[in-house]
Amino acid sequence: MTPNPEKKKLVVATTSLAGCFGCHMSFLDIDERILQLITHVEFNRSPIDDIKHINKPCDVGFVEGGCCNTENVHTLREFRKNCKILVSLGQCAITGGLPAMRNGIPMSDLFSEVYQNTNNPTLGNHLIPNDEEIPIILDRVYPCHEIVKVDAFLPGCPPNADLIWEALVRIIEGKSLDDLTYQYFKYD
Amino acid sequence: MKKSVSEIAQMHQNKQTQLLAILHDIQEQERFISDEVLHILSDELDVPLVELEGVRSFYHFFSSQHRGRYTVYMNTSATSEMSGAFEVMQAFEKHSGIEFGQTTSDFKIGLYKTSCIGLCDQEPAAIINNLVFTQLTASRVKEIVEAMKAGKDLKVLLRQGEGQNKNPLIGAEIFNNIRQKGPLFFNEFEPGSALKKAMDLGSLDVIESIKKSNLRGRGGAGFPTGQKWGFCRAADANRRYVICNIDEGEPGTFKDRVLLTENPYLVFEGMVVAGYAIESKRGIVYLRGEYAYLKNYLEEVLNQMRQGHLLGKKILGTRFSFDIQIKLGAGAYICGEESALIESAEGKRGQPRNRPPFPVVSGYLNKPTVVNNPETFGCAAKIVLNGPEWFRKMGTAASSGVKLFSVAGDCDRPGIYELEWGMSVADLLKLCGAKDAYAVQVGGPSGVLISERQFARKLAYEDLGTGGAITIFNKTRDLLSILHNHMEFFNNETCGFCVPCRAGNAILLKKLEKIMIGNGTSNDLSEIKAWGQTVKLASRCGLGQTSPNPLLTALQNFSDEIASKVRHDIDYISQFNMDFAIEESVKVAGRSPNLRVEEVED
Ligand SMILES: Cc1cc2nc3c(=O)[nH]c(=O)nc-3n(C[C@H](O)[C@H](O)[C@H](O)COP(=O)(O)O)c2cc1C
Ligand code: SF4
Repeated sequence: MTPNPEKKKLVVATTSLAGCFGCHMSFLDIDERILQLITHVEFNRSPIDDIKHINKPCDVGFVEGGCCNTENVHTLREFRKNCKILVSLGQCAITGGLPAMRNGIPMSDLFSEVYQNTNNPTLGNHLIPNDEEIPIILDRVYPCHEIVKVDAFLPGCPPNADLIWEALVRIIEGKSLDDLTYQYFKYD
Repeated sequence: MKKSVSEIAQMHQNKQTQLLAILHDIQEQERFISDEVLHILSDELDVPLVELEGVRSFYHFFSSQHRGRYTVYMNTSATSEMSGAFEVMQAFEKHSGIEFGQTTSDFKIGLYKTSCIGLCDQEPAAIINNLVFTQLTASRVKEIVEAMKAGKDLKVLLRQGEGQNKNPLIGAEIFNNIRQKGPLFFNEFEPGSALKKAMDLGSLDVIESIKKSNLRGRGGAGFPTGQKWGFCRAADANRRYVICNIDEGEPGTFKDRVLLTENPYLVFEGMVVAGYAIESKRGIVYLRGEYAYLKNYLEEVLNQMRQGHLLGKKILGTRFSFDIQIKLGAGAYICGEESALIESAEGKRGQPRNRPPFPVVSGYLNKPTVVNNPETFGCAAKIVLNGPEWFRKMGTAASSGVKLFSVAGDCDRPGIYELEWGMSVADLLKLCGAKDAYAVQVGGPSGVLISERQFARKLAYEDLGTGGAITIFNKTRDLLSILHNHMEFFNNETCGFCVPCRAGNAILLKKLEKIMIGNGTSNDLSEIKAWGQTVKLASRCGLGQTSPNPLLTALQNFSDEIASKVRHDIDYISQFNMDFAIEESVKVAGRSPNLRVEEVED
């Protein structure tokens, strides 16, 4: 990937929904290649620059995590609306992942286990939070592609830095992500 | 008289290999298996508690919740649905005041669904406390529910069955429907004749003879039987086992049931011949829980054989001893897979083993074991009796002999057909009076769904190899509902060990449901193909390796019809519904479903 000052920079947005930020940490594992990256891309909404909402059309959006509450859904829809290519990054975005372990457990059991049968002193009042400001929990954790159309999937928990790097390079070079070779997904 | 758990365990020598029999006795007496019971068993049998919990939860006929004094197991197979199961189930629910999946609050009646019970030619059928009711109607259901409420013996409501089903030891309302007899299964057989011949030949020549006959396994996979016996005999061990696989769980198959009802002597003698050939002393008949009503009758047949010196010690006055015990399954299609069957017979969860080693090397209790279908044993006995040439004269060059076909669905004469291999599907359809066949499921859901264009294909290993299930659907049937029934079957019956099979089949089913409500796109069809390939490729046993077949073969053979059920103008439809998704949590947290604030930001 050689720098080309003539070319318009690719606009990239990233977000973490019901994820642990592990995918973003893995992204940072591209280490010094990030210096090379910023000659080719410009970040829009992302934890990397702390822009809170997408404010211009983006070429690609990376989404970590699935959707566990209403805010996740709104964010995901914002990404879909504004990104030409939408990528599910990591296992939680692709399948719901660890947070989806709650799927199938009735909501009343979940709330009482977390907020009421607890010895946690900060939750001492044993109330189920119901402030209208708080996003509403969904009936289950949804993988992103069940809510909006997703164009590419980068598996892994987390996907390793080389996979993320390779995907970025391909997008910058205008290549397809469909034929990423097995070596990038091999996790044993 | 009620027995204590310890007494029941003792009746079965406190052995783990008898665990299913123990749990059957407890379930039958108590109508459920409590945690407390498992604690006692854990001590008595010296088996860890978690393992017992695993077994209890694995089998459909065991339950931690009360299933009612009368437990109705209603068959949900496609042919049952086609014959009016829906009205029958509604009648059960209406008259007993509960839904399927529930037990009445007085614990009298429990209504539960179950996968194919091997009665596809006389649906809708249900098993109630081991009594089999066939061709149910809403009015009969009313009678049955009233009798259950009154605590009566349901036997008086049974109509008389046909053939040996009338035998008091069976007493089942079942019709054999043998439509076409052939030279092998349903004619005179003199018990002992095949065994005498085998002993004249000597054990090695018996195996040679089976090899020469080209007999291949009739359970579906078609492995050469002589070779299997040869491998087992060659395996070095002090003990070997012969197992007869009467799990017959593939929806659409019921020929083993009829064979065992009408000619059990032939099947069991085939087992003894196998025992003689591989130098084994012990045989096990693994009888699916759904066929428990046959157990007493089959035990009596075994007793008769013992009295005739065809079983037990010093058979026919020689030094050869061989005996057979019957083990009852408890509702699990996967236990038809031979290594899962072996696990189940050992008193464990019926989960397939890794193979190799194959059962012929390491099977029951890790000893070399031959597992065969009852029809295979029947063939083997007759081959020994009449010679391999006699057998090879029938059928085609690559598929010798005859085959039992279980024919059901839209035809005038559903039932059992004994036919030489090589008949075309079209000829069979003519024979059974299927005038307007639109789709034919060959080999059950794990086989292939073919359309008229392929009706010229031949029923033979070299073309359409099959365990013998032929289910016929005419034009009035909804293709997607049939596929749904079959995919639901695999979702219910996966043992859950492999992710591709456990999760992949759930994904396939959801995709199908998406299409059924009009939300499918052509992308969903491509995804079904891709997921189907993954499930087939990455699953451990035959269940996962064949479970996408209903969808994949339908996509191939009914491509136009299926393409017409999806949208081609857009490539993605989301089924996500925010109002539905927040309904429950809003209620539990006691807040308003207020989405407005966030909507504005969208
Ligand atoms: C999911 C599954 C279910 C099976 N069910 C049966 C069955 O009900 N009866 C049967 O004979 N074989 C069944 N088989 C095939 C057995 O594993 C085995 O191949 C067969 O019993 C061998 O006997 P055969 O060579 O005489 O056919 C099943 C296989 C799979 C993968
Ligand atoms: S393929 Fe399915 S049924 Fe077979 S072992 Fe795997 S999970 Fe169990």
